[in-house]
Amino acid sequence: MSVDTAAQPVAETSHEPELVQLLTPEGQRVPHEHYDSLVADVTADDIRAMYRELVLARRVDSEAVSLQRQGELGLWPSLLGQEAAQIGSARALRPQDHVFPTYREHGVALHRDVDPVRLLALFRGVDQGSWDPAQSHFHLYTIVIGAQTLHATGYAMGVQRDGAIGTGDPGRDTAVMAYFGDGATSQGSVSEAFIWAGVTNAPVVFFCQNNQWAISEPLERQTRVPLYKRAAGFGFPGVRVDGNDVLACLAVSREALQRARDGEGPTLVEAFTYRMGAHTTSDDPTRYRLNAELEHWRLKDPVERVKAYMVRNDLADQAFFDELSDESDQLAERMRAECRSLPEPAPTSIFDHVYVEPTPGLVEQRDGMAAYLDSFADEEVHQ
Amino acid sequence: MAHISYRQALHDTLRSELQRDENVLLMGEEIGRFEGSYKITAGMLDEFGPKRVRDTPIAEEGFTGAAVGAAMLGLRPVVEIMTINFSLLALDQIMNHAAKIYGMFGGQCSVPMVIRTPGGGGQQLAATHSQNVELFYAFTPGLKVVAPSSPADAKALLLASIRDDDPVLFLENLALYNTKGEVPDTDEPGEIGRAAVTRTGSDITLVGYSRMAHVALQVAERLAADEGIEAEVVDLRSLRPLDRQTVVDSVKKTNCAVVLEDDWLTYGIGAELAASISDGAFDWLDAPVRRVAMAEVPLPYAKPLESAALPSADDVVTVIHQTLDAVGRRSDRVGAR
Repeated sequence: MSVDTAAQPVAETSHEPELVQLLTPEGQRVPHEHYDSLVADVTADDIRAMYRELVLARRVDSEAVSLQRQGELGLWPSLLGQEAAQIGSARALRPQDHVFPTYREHGVALHRDVDPVRLLALFRGVDQGSWDPAQSHFHLYTIVIGAQTLHATGYAMGVQRDGAIGTGDPGRDTAVMAYFGDGATSQGSVSEAFIWAGVTNAPVVFFCQNNQWAISEPLERQTRVPLYKRAAGFGFPGVRVDGNDVLACLAVSREALQRARDGEGPTLVEAFTYRMGAHTTSDDPTRYRLNAELEHWRLKDPVERVKAYMVRNDLADQAFFDELSDESDQLAERMRAECRSLPEPAPTSIFDHVYVEPTPGLVEQRDGMAAYLDSFADEEVHQ
Repeated sequence: MAHISYRQALHDTLRSELQRDENVLLMGEEIGRFEGSYKITAGMLDEFGPKRVRDTPIAEEGFTGAAVGAAMLGLRPVVEIMTINFSLLALDQIMNHAAKIYGMFGGQCSVPMVIRTPGGGGQQLAATHSQNVELFYAFTPGLKVVAPSSPADAKALLLASIRDDDPVLFLENLALYNTKGEVPDTDEPGEIGRAAVTRTGSDITLVGYSRMAHVALQVAERLAADEGIEAEVVDLRSLRPLDRQTVVDSVKKTNCAVVLEDDWLTYGIGAELAASISDGAFDWLDAPVRRVAMAEVPLPYAKPLESAALPSADDVVTVIHQTLDAVGRRSDRVGAR
């Protein structure tokens, strides 16, 4: 018998792959045989807290886009549409779990108590990142696509070295969460991270927000199989979750993080979502995608479905929504005011963080620049 | 003092650092069971176990990136990249991440890691396995690059590199592993960024690093014995930070210089040194600074062709003669003898 399978189509591509969903776009809670137990402890208070973070994350984002449009920021990568993927996964983290973000995880930053103004400072270009990753366990934004998956894997190696997995102590067992996008999965670094994490059973969760677009390249330019299925080739589980369903993202992330903390190794989570805005403020998506697609996804809005669920189940009254609206306005107002008053860095600060101990050559260059700048001091006085 | 090889000095130093600091760990291809392609890590897997001596997948970007992540918040990984040629696969992690994280993250975390890797041709390993691409790293702010030429410096600079809070590329050389020398027993780290005058002389300055610092010393001894020419030899030892002052001070004394490099001439480290000498000692120079480098071709595999492409001691002697002739110094000396 001859074996000729090379030209056979991949069977799965003809079906829609399974998608973990607990809240429908209409705000209906649907049961799930496996994942219900992972959110059984979620109370009405938790739902309100989740909704609050979704709303605030969206507000941080829209305010930042406005500030960029007003010339206050150099650039801003919008998270619009991805709020549930970020808040759901972030709420599954324990304080000691360490997060390696891309440059779009403003919702995760918010949940990790990184002040949005610190993000604005970065994109305004007045500092290089001013939150302490050791304290917040939220790493600084990595710009090079996919590179942080390797950093996360290396950090996870350190967690293993410290024996901070599988002890059963919830305050000690530690997982590492690496965020990345669908485009990053084409990078060699991400495959190498999968290989390393797979063969060392590293306690890392690869959380891919598949927002369908890598700038102008659609998903079919990155992959022939659903992304979560790639995990099987590297020897660890992969799961696709409705990335616009905050509850499902929480459930799936909780399971994956706990596997990591228990010493059971990595998981690939594919949060199936959509980038409602531009790639960054430098991009114009109307040049390459159709409005109909946007409308299709608008009906799956991650924030509205939680509100519908709350209203449907009488989990919040009008006063709650009004208060949240006020809080959101106040946050936006503070962001505007504090962004505009961020101090400009001194020119000589470019030499500050090249080496931990400045080299003699750099000290000489810095002192030379300082002397040169001082030579204008008189002119400024006369102006 | 012990009289040991460059290889042994590296091995002993890695071992003592693993014993001294539990945050030090080794990572790389074939470093565990196989004990390293050049046996620097012999016996370490057995002694320190697989958590601290990690055999990695054949994925240079992967394990270099993982080392960056491990270094950012506490560990001190010492990565072995089998040859510097393979570091090209990890170039993004080295130049864009290890070198820049401290600055791009506003000083929030440094990357105290070491990349140990040998360069060097002359072993018939052909063009893709015989290059010296340390220039890329020496060119990059945020990195430190050291290139010891003697067993004693190999020890002192490896100690300094592992204890340094910034990423250090530690350049070894295939031709130096078996060379021997006196190595002090004390654990005194060397100073990164400090060149050494390894031979004093007043006729001409020879500048080199790694294997070419070794060649410079050999040539200097030969010239002294055969012709009475006293060459001063400066071993750079570090490529970044670069100790220009020691080079310039020597040239102010000898008034002429030849720079040796095991690399392509155009845009090379020799060009940087020639410019630095011109900048710092122009009024003292009696002749143009000359460079000896390899032929600007992909290094051939065939032994006679490989030898033809690499700079030899004879090439260095010829250029020294030409330089001394240009200042009229050799004819004086030959006439005097």
